Amino acid sequence: MQKKAKTKKIRPRTPMSMLDPGKRAREFSEVALGYSLEEAVSEARRCLQCKKPTCIKGCPVDVDCKSFIRMVAEKDLHGAFARIKETNSLPAICGRVCPQENQCEKTCKLRPTGQPVAIGRLERFVADNFYAHTSCEEETGSMECIPVDENIKVAAIGSGPSSLTLAGYLAAQGVKVSVFEALHAPGGVLVYGIPEFRLPKSVVQREIDSLKNLQVDFLCNYVGGMTVSLEELFEQGYRAVFIGVGAGLPRFMNLPGENLIGIYSANEYLTRVNLMHGYKFPEFDTPVPPGDNVVVIGGGNVAMDSARTALRLGARRVRVVYRRTKGEMPARREELEHALEEGVELEILASPISFQGDEQGFLQKVVLQKMELQEADESGRRKPVPVPEAFYELDTDLAIMAVGTGANMVLTQTTPGLELNERGYIRADPVTGETSMNMVFAGGDIVTGAATVVEAMGAGRRSAREILKRIKG
Amino acid sequence: MNSIVKKRVLIPERVSEMTIEAPLIASKARPGNFVVLRLTPEGERIPLTIADTDPEGGRIVIVYLVMGKTTALLDTLVQGDRILDLCGPLGRPTRIEKQGTVVCVGGGTGIAAMHHIAKGNHQAGNKVISVIGARSRDLLLFKPELEKFSHTVLVATDDGSLGHKGLVTEVLEKYLQEDPDVREVIGVGPVPMMKAVARVTEAFNVKTLVSLNSIMVDGLGMCGACRVTVGGKVRFACVEGPEFEASQVDFDELMKRLNAFKPQEQESMELFKQRK
Repeated sequence: MQKKAKTKKIRPRTPMSMLDPGKRAREFSEVALGYSLEEAVSEARRCLQCKKPTCIKGCPVDVDCKSFIRMVAEKDLHGAFARIKETNSLPAICGRVCPQENQCEKTCKLRPTGQPVAIGRLERFVADNFYAHTSCEEETGSMECIPVDENIKVAAIGSGPSSLTLAGYLAAQGVKVSVFEALHAPGGVLVYGIPEFRLPKSVVQREIDSLKNLQVDFLCNYVGGMTVSLEELFEQGYRAVFIGVGAGLPRFMNLPGENLIGIYSANEYLTRVNLMHGYKFPEFDTPVPPGDNVVVIGGGNVAMDSARTALRLGARRVRVVYRRTKGEMPARREELEHALEEGVELEILASPISFQGDEQGFLQKVVLQKMELQEADESGRRKPVPVPEAFYELDTDLAIMAVGTGANMVLTQTTPGLELNERGYIRADPVTGETSMNMVFAGGDIVTGAATVVEAMGAGRRSAREILKRIKG
Repeated sequence: MNSIVKKRVLIPERVSEMTIEAPLIASKARPGNFVVLRLTPEGERIPLTIADTDPEGGRIVIVYLVMGKTTALLDTLVQGDRILDLCGPLGRPTRIEKQGTVVCVGGGTGIAAMHHIAKGNHQAGNKVISVIGARSRDLLLFKPELEKFSHTVLVATDDGSLGHKGLVTEVLEKYLQEDPDVREVIGVGPVPMMKAVARVTEAFNVKTLVSLNSIMVDGLGMCGACRVTVGGKVRFACVEGPEFEASQVDFDELMKRLNAFKPQEQESMELFKQRK
């Protein structure tokens, strides 16, 4: 296969237009602008339409990439949308935030040429096009949904990607789904975590509205385990409960000075900006900490989101501190490149040791220690180790800790029947998501620890399939 | 749901009490729990301790001090108005067990929050000594309510207009000297008061809890704004608290962190006043 791909002359991927880095670094508009119809068709025609497609195997929610891409090539955009929607409830979101390079585009047979089909961009195009041109009635009509039976009820706790996917799958099969959200707005990490310039909130709202059209109920300000217990949900006639509450408890590094004013978890920083619209203060009430000389600790996507947000809020300088090198950063390449284009700087092979502040408790400096990479071990990973006595300082007035999250205990500590692993995450069957409690399923970050949107969606889909089997026999 | 069924002014233009219809929260809330509320689509989320509940009637009681934009806006609401978003109960409830004499210390608006804990202790069969303080007698909250079930209510005022002239902690210290059977002290109020409570009780080697009022955004463990240092470790007041062992709390750090957004809070308040 590889040989064949190499011998045939491959047309390169159709580029997607972007906002100019100079302009966009100071505003919140979406950076990637999406394909036009011509661009999409041209890209879709690059697909080899393999007899035995491998792209679908790379997708956690089993999107039939080959078929929908063929339909795009034939300009059957309705058909393409319906095909994607068969397995993916949130295509406009996935098309934007999935790491396709590690999924469908990784298993694409054109990958060895370095120019796999831009499946993610095509998925986004199909979804955006559909929503732009179609009314909701047509949507439900084209999905040929089974009418919802109010007597067959399933509850989902948390309204992030796993629950939304589960809700979409079950509602299309005639199940009445109620989604319980603790915050005042549904969407979970899609709303409080991922910034507007990467995933516009209107896109999330559209996906949620489309679920409402399938008679999915969203109940906000319900804290699973506190406002309502699992037991009560079963008493109220829900046949199954899905727990998709996310990980969410931000980690800190336990360093001296880490509680100075001016040091925030990425979760707090992003929540203030995204969910609470703090960038519009004082029109909106929630303030965002000002930062002129910003340091972000961590090298993942959340670190990139935080750094790019700080730039947009007017920071003069934003540096991302990471203990390994650029090549090892866990962030998606695309996100890293975007950040660098916009002017984010990297401070690699460095790790914070302490923070220093003034008498009022405001942050002034971070002390870093230089790191070096050891030779690769058996696993091939090069471990970073501190260089003795190699300390240096950076001036900073805002430090954002993007060093991961742990298990949130709000639901788990009030639901004693739920078995947890040693890290506090819920034990669930890897295939069905079933937990130690009867007819209680779980998926997403609260099972796996922090992972991607689409992995959570895959879990939601698998649990939905199992729940449907159980309740409809 | 969330409608204000009763509003009672406790101190004109400063402190009021609201009884809110919230059956789900009322049926679950335990002493020590709090709610987070939001009033407008542009609004911020603020935590408020639940001062009392009526599970049968499906109501909760909150008491607020007008100190920022959101509480000022809340104060403009009247009976029949609705709270846009009301989320709870949140936080770990107070661990209440039957153990004998419990001293509940409250200062300022903290007395309202302390009331729920004191009532819970009374219902568990404990002898409740309430020690409350304010600047003057007309600023003293919940005295009649506490008298309903407290064995004794001891009062301190800064100006001496009622009870002891001075601090609640002086009254507390004197009581602890006289009664060796106190099993637990719980303090709710301004940070300097709670810090002083911790210092006083340390000498008597009596278990002491304080309820911390740090800044919160979600109140659900997601953001870490409320983090405090307890026993040298970072703890989240929203999901691991709000009550912690008093002797372990870094009160000075908490006091500084409460000032994190002072300029923005003032700006917001000024704007609110202008528009009003």
